[in-house]
Amino acid sequence: MTQHDQDIVRDFLVESYENLDQLDRDLVALEQQPRSAERLSSIFRTLHTLKGTCGFLGFSKLEAVAHVGENLLSRLRDGKLLLRPEITTALLALVDAVRDILGQIEATGQEGSGDYTALIQTLSRLQEEPADQQPDPQSPHLQAEDREPQLQAPSPIPGPPPQVAEPAAAARSEAAPSPAAPPPAGPPPAAAAAQPQDEELEGMRAGSAALASEGDAGGGVPEAGRGSAVSESTIRVDVGLLDKLMNRVGELVLARNQILQFTSHTSDAALLSTCQRLNLITTELQEGVMKTRMQPIGNIWGKFPRVVRDLALLCGKQVRIEMEGKETELDKTIIEAIKDPLTHLVRNAIDHGIEPPPVRQASGKPAEGCLRLRAFHEGGQVNIEISDDGAGLNLERIRHKAVERGLVSSEQALRMSDREAAQLIFAPGFSTAPKVTNVSGRGVGMDVVKTNIERIGGTVDIQSQPGQGTTVKLKIPLTLAIIPALIVSCDGDRYAIPQVSLLELVRLEGEQARGGIERLHGAPVYRLRGQLLPIVDLRQELGLPAIADAAREVVNIVVLRADERPFGLVVDAINDTEEIVVKPLSQQLKGIPVYAGATIMGDGKVALILDVLGLAQRARVVTEGRDRGHGEQGRTGGSETGARQTLLILEVADRRLALPIEMVSRLEEIPPASVERADQQEVVQYRGQILPLVRVGQVLGLGQSVPPPGASLQVVVYRDGTRSVGLVVDRIADIVECTLAATRAAQREEIVQSAVIQNRVTDLLNLPALVRQVEGMWEGGAA
Amino acid sequence: MSGQTQYCTFFLDGLFFGVPVQQVQEVIRYQELTRVPLAAPEVSGLINLRGQIVTAIDLRRRLGLPPRPEGRRPMNVVVRSEEGAVSLLVDEIGDVQEVDGSLFEPPPPTLHGPARNLIRGAYKLADRLLLVLETQHAVQVPDG
Repeated sequence: MTQHDQDIVRDFLVESYENLDQLDRDLVALEQQPRSAERLSSIFRTLHTLKGTCGFLGFSKLEAVAHVGENLLSRLRDGKLLLRPEITTALLALVDAVRDILGQIEATGQEGSGDYTALIQTLSRLQEEPADQQPDPQSPHLQAEDREPQLQAPSPIPGPPPQVAEPAAAARSEAAPSPAAPPPAGPPPAAAAAQPQDEELEGMRAGSAALASEGDAGGGVPEAGRGSAVSESTIRVDVGLLDKLMNRVGELVLARNQILQFTSHTSDAALLSTCQRLNLITTELQEGVMKTRMQPIGNIWGKFPRVVRDLALLCGKQVRIEMEGKETELDKTIIEAIKDPLTHLVRNAIDHGIEPPPVRQASGKPAEGCLRLRAFHEGGQVNIEISDDGAGLNLERIRHKAVERGLVSSEQALRMSDREAAQLIFAPGFSTAPKVTNVSGRGVGMDVVKTNIERIGGTVDIQSQPGQGTTVKLKIPLTLAIIPALIVSCDGDRYAIPQVSLLELVRLEGEQARGGIERLHGAPVYRLRGQLLPIVDLRQELGLPAIADAAREVVNIVVLRADERPFGLVVDAINDTEEIVVKPLSQQLKGIPVYAGATIMGDGKVALILDVLGLAQRARVVTEGRDRGHGEQGRTGGSETGARQTLLILEVADRRLALPIEMVSRLEEIPPASVERADQQEVVQYRGQILPLVRVGQVLGLGQSVPPPGASLQVVVYRDGTRSVGLVVDRIADIVECTLAATRAAQREEIVQSAVIQNRVTDLLNLPALVRQVEGMWEGGAA
Repeated sequence: MSGQTQYCTFFLDGLFFGVPVQQVQEVIRYQELTRVPLAAPEVSGLINLRGQIVTAIDLRRRLGLPPRPEGRRPMNVVVRSEEGAVSLLVDEIGDVQEVDGSLFEPPPPTLHGPARNLIRGAYKLADRLLLVLETQHAVQVPDG
C-alpha cells in the first residue's frame, strides 16, 4: 500500500468509527421510536456511506456485510418491515462485526479472517420475512409525533402524506438494490416524513449505480447533507498538539506571573499598562486553549444507550435511559478518567438497582425502569448524577454483608446511620450480588470507582430511598492542568495545597498558640467548635526540624478534608491562593505518596504540591484500609477480644474505665452551674438540645469524687441514634491503642469485660447497657 | 568498543567522569534547588529548567563518594533518560573529549560498592582514567 493509500484508509477508519458510534445511538433510539423515518434515514445513510467507501477501497468482506444490512434497512425504511428487538439485535451485531473488521484493518491493513456468514444469513432471513403486522393507518400521524425536530430539509407541507409518498415509493422500488425483494406490501406511508432528502438520496443512488464505483459519490453527499455547516467550520486537530499547546500556555502563565511580580514595584506607567495587557491576553489565551480541550460529556454518554440496552436484555429487565446536560463540558483528560467509573455505575444501576418487570409491577411501578444521567456545572465543578428508580439499597443486607466480610464490627454496623451504611458499598472487597455474573458482582468496582474519582480530585456520594431508587452523585473538577491552590510555607519552602480539599483556616495567637493544641496521649487535637480535630504537623510528616510548642507565637492550622474526614495541618505560614499549573513528578519521586506533583511559582522557584489524601494516610488520619482491604478490621474491631482497638480511658473514683473511641461523639467541659434538672434528671442545654447527664460513678455504685468547687464537669457525649447522653466522669485520662489481653469476663451487664491496659486493670464499659439501665431507672422513677 | 566517541566530561571528588554527548541535553550552572522531603537522599531537589521541572540527583551520593565541601556549588549535567530529563549534580565541568574505543577497558573485579553498577568502564587516557557513567542506572534511585 502506498503512503497515499494508507492516508485514505486512515481517514476512512476515523470517519467510520465515528459513523459506527452514531449507528449505535441511532439504532437504540430507533427502538424507542420504531417509526422515525428520520432515524431510519440517518442509519441508512451511514451504512450506505460505509458500504460505498469500502467498495471503493476494495474491502469486499466489509462491503458484503454492510450491503446485506443496507437491504434490511431499506425494507424497514420503506415500511415493508417493522422493527422488532430481534432486528435491532441483528443490526447491532452488524455494527459490532463492522467494528471488528475495522479493527483488523487498522491493525493489519487486511480485513482479517472473521467469518460473518451466519450474521449475513440472519440479516437476509430477517429481510425476507414479511412484516409481522401491517403499518396501521394511524402511523403517519404517530410518526409526525415521534419525529425529532428535523434540522435539514424539513418537509415543507406536513399535509396528506400519501400524495408525496407515492412517487417516493416508486423511485425506491426502482432503485432497490436487491431485485429479489418482494413487491411493496401495501402503501408505505411511514416513509413519507423523510421524503425530501430520501428522494435526493435515491436519485443519487440511482445515478451512482450506473457508475462502477459509487463509493466516493455516496460517501460525499450524505455527509454534506447531514451537516455541511459543521464540516466547513471545524477541523480535526491532533490531541498531542493540543497537549503541547496547553503546556506552552502553562509556561506562559508562569512567565506572566513572574513578570507581574517583577513589575509590582515599578511606577513606569507604560510598562504597567503593557503588563496589564499581557496579563489579560494570557488569561484569555489560557481560557481559550482550555476550551479546545473541553469535550461535552455526551461523548461518553453516547455509548450508554447501547450498554443499557444490551445489559437490560441480558438481565431480563426493561430500562429506559434519560440524559440531561449532555453538552456539559469537561477537560479531555478528565473525560477519559471518568469513562470507566461512569460505565461501571451505569451497569451497576441496571444489574443491582432496577428490578425485573414483575417485581416492579408488583410494587406498583411501571415495568420499564428509568435510568437518568444528569450533568451540570456548579461552583467551578461538574456534577454528574446517575439515578435509577429501582429498589434502592438494601441497607440491612449491606450492614450484614459488611460484618460478614469483616469490614466493620456488628456493633459498629448497628450504630451506623443509614447514610454511613450506604457508604459501605464503596469499601474494598464489598459486593452484595448473590452470585458472580459477568455484569457485576465480582466485589471490585465501587471501591475502584471511588478511588478513580478521588484520584482526579472528585468526590462520590450515594443516596438511596428504599423502593424509590438510588442516586450516585459525582463532583468532578473541570480540569486537572491548572488548579486553584493554597500556598503555605514550611521550614523555608513553599508547598501548594489543592483548594478542593480545603475547608477553612484557623490561626491561633499568643496563649492559644501555646495551649490551643492539646494532646491525647501524644496525639495532638484541637477543639474546633467543640469537636476534636486531629492535628497533623507538616514539619513532622515531612521529617523537617520541629518547632517546640513553647516557642510558637502563632499557629496556623489549615483544615483539610481527606476521604470525608477533616483534619488540621499545622504549617509555618499561610501565604496566598494562586492558580497553579500542575506538573508531574519524575519517576524518582513518584513513590512518595504525600506529593501530587510540582509547580513553578511566580518567582521561578519550584514548589511541591501536597497530596492531601496521601498525607492523611501517612499521618493515619484516614486508614489505608482502602488499599489494604481488610486491614481496617483490626483497627476498628469494636469490642472483640484480641483485636486492636482505640480506647478512651476515663477515671471515676479511682476506677479506670474504657470506651471504644468510635462510640464517643464529643468530649466536653461543662460548668456545674449550667446543670439543670428536668423531671428529677440532671440535664444541660447543649447545642440547642437537652442533654441528659449520667453520673457514671453512681450508676456503677462507685460513688463519684467531689470536684473542687467551680471545677468543670468532664462529660463524654455518647450518641445513640438520635438521642445523646452525657456521661459525667471524674477525669478523661488518655486515649490508647491496644490489644486487649488478660481479660476477665465481667459480672455486671454494664461492663463488657475487664482488661489490663497500661499495667492497670480497666473495665470496658458497655455503653448501650449502661444507658438502658439509666433509662429504666428514669422510667421507674417517673411511674 | 571501537571508533571515536565523544564524551561530555566532569569531575567528582577528583575523579574524571564522562557521559556520551548524545545522552546530554545541556550543561547549566548552579540552579536554585527545591528540596523534596522524604525523597531518597540521592535526590537533591527539583530545578526549574525553563518551565520544565527536573529532578536533580547528587552524583556524589549516588556513587557513594564523600559529600561536596560546604559552600561549593555544583553544576548541572542534564541528561536524557527513559523517563525524561534528569539533572546530575557534579563538581565541575570538563571539556568534551573525543576518545578512541581501543583505550576502553571494563572495570576491574575489585570495583565494588554502589559504583559497581554505575561505572561501565574506563578509557585509559595518557594522563588519567576517564570513567564512563552508566547513565540509565545513575538516574534511578531507590524509592524514598
